Amino acid sequence: MSMDKQQANSIEMVRAEKMVKHFGHLTVLNGVDLSVKRGQVVVIIGPSGSGKTTLLRCINHLEKIDSGHIYIEGEMIGYREVNGRLVEDSEATIARIRSQIGFVFQRFNLFPHMTALENVIESPIHVLHQPRNEVTERAMSLLEKVGLAEKAHVYPHRLSGGQQQRVAIARALAMNPKLMLFDEATSALDPELVGEVLKVMDQLAKEGMTMIVVTHEMGFAREVADEVIFMDKAAIVEEGTPEQIFDNPQNERTRAFLRMIL
Amino acid sequence: MFRWDIVWQFLFSSFIFQAAWTTLWISVIAQSCGVIIGLFLALMRMSRYPFLSWPARSYIWFFRGSPLLVQVLLLWDGLPRLAPSLLLPGWAAVVIAFSLNEGAYMAEITRAGITSVDPGQMEAAKSLGMRFPLAMRRIVLPQAARVIVPPLGNEFNNMLKTTSIASVIGLQELTGTAEIFGSPTFTIFELLIVVTFYYLLLTTLWGYVQNWIENRLNPDRLVKAELREKKSWTQRMIGFGTRTGGGLVSGR
Repeated sequence: MSMDKQQANSIEMVRAEKMVKHFGHLTVLNGVDLSVKRGQVVVIIGPSGSGKTTLLRCINHLEKIDSGHIYIEGEMIGYREVNGRLVEDSEATIARIRSQIGFVFQRFNLFPHMTALENVIESPIHVLHQPRNEVTERAMSLLEKVGLAEKAHVYPHRLSGGQQQRVAIARALAMNPKLMLFDEATSALDPELVGEVLKVMDQLAKEGMTMIVVTHEMGFAREVADEVIFMDKAAIVEEGTPEQIFDNPQNERTRAFLRMIL
Repeated sequence: MFRWDIVWQFLFSSFIFQAAWTTLWISVIAQSCGVIIGLFLALMRMSRYPFLSWPARSYIWFFRGSPLLVQVLLLWDGLPRLAPSLLLPGWAAVVIAFSLNEGAYMAEITRAGITSVDPGQMEAAKSLGMRFPLAMRRIVLPQAARVIVPPLGNEFNNMLKTTSIASVIGLQELTGTAEIFGSPTFTIFELLIVVTFYYLLLTTLWGYVQNWIENRLNPDRLVKAELREKKSWTQRMIGFGTRTGGGLVSGR
């Protein structure tokens, strides 16, 4: 990539160009473009099967795109260009980029054989090779931040869904990510537990974290998002500020979707 | 005529101790090698690359599809025909054949164990920047161990008894010793009673060890308040090691 292009991207945290992804004959992403600036909170909404989750998973290469480009801070993820052809990156390179991107799963995916604290310190110690006492100290303050300091030595199966998800957020934050991806982080939770997780995400957004959030929580989208993206049928249908999308949607599909869920 | 006094005399004789020891160490070494071979075979077999999965499939097909006795004889009798320098000592032929054979069975057991772990665990590990070997070692295998250990216990129980095959090439483990000492002195029956007792002793003791390991791996045992600053590899893998607490205490 040329120098001037890199500079042009410098305030862009994520840039995706013409992402295409198929599962067999099904097209889940049909030429999707995306741009997320540093410190921005982008919320993606849309019906099930619209490609929201796949879009998120492609950004940290948990899913491979079939064509297109994704750049994180100007660095292409997953592939590099060799003589004009795209070649998949080595596992080490992909792992290094992933270590800078936090991912929060719908099903939490905490490591069940480790305590909450052990979950949080695992990767900083074994991936970043940071000293254990330093990491433990930071992990404790992160657990405190998500309101779970007293659960540090508890195993996940003794925690509620909301508590597990907050540990998962702390675990992602322990890597000092420059970008956080939330994949329907509250969809698997009992209704009364949704609030505690959204509160943590809200706080994170206020601290200036760059976030891409796939969610069905329209209240959260309206409150926290800088930009809302509505996806349907593998494509971005409409994007804009929460006011534009929720109060004055232009596209008929957006209107239909909002009528259905609000 | 059956003579209990001979049984009694052999029961505590040093050559039977020696034979039991041989049975035990052959089993332990072959099982350990089998576990390691099985782990790599399982990973190869699960690979999406045919040049890894195909050899693993063939290996498993061969070693599970032909008798262990034939495999031992192939190594011991067959190899020297290719080159005389390949004549292995009996114990080596047995340990190698048993290890290779056990590897095939452990491969399937290990594969089942790895498959049983939620794919979300590997994804979470990857999303935290872990590479495949680290994610396997720290995240997937410790969880797979819970599924692997019960059949692994059965395999070792089997192994202790299957070592009797080694008697065919003159190795003096329990069964071989009974034949060698018993046939010329017409005390084979008494000796077989003695070695049966020793087989039962070994498998019974192993049963206790197996129970203990399985209890260690029971997730409910993991409920405890203490954080141990350091965990050894064995602690991670199969939960060995001292655990403090163990009550239903959450937090301190």
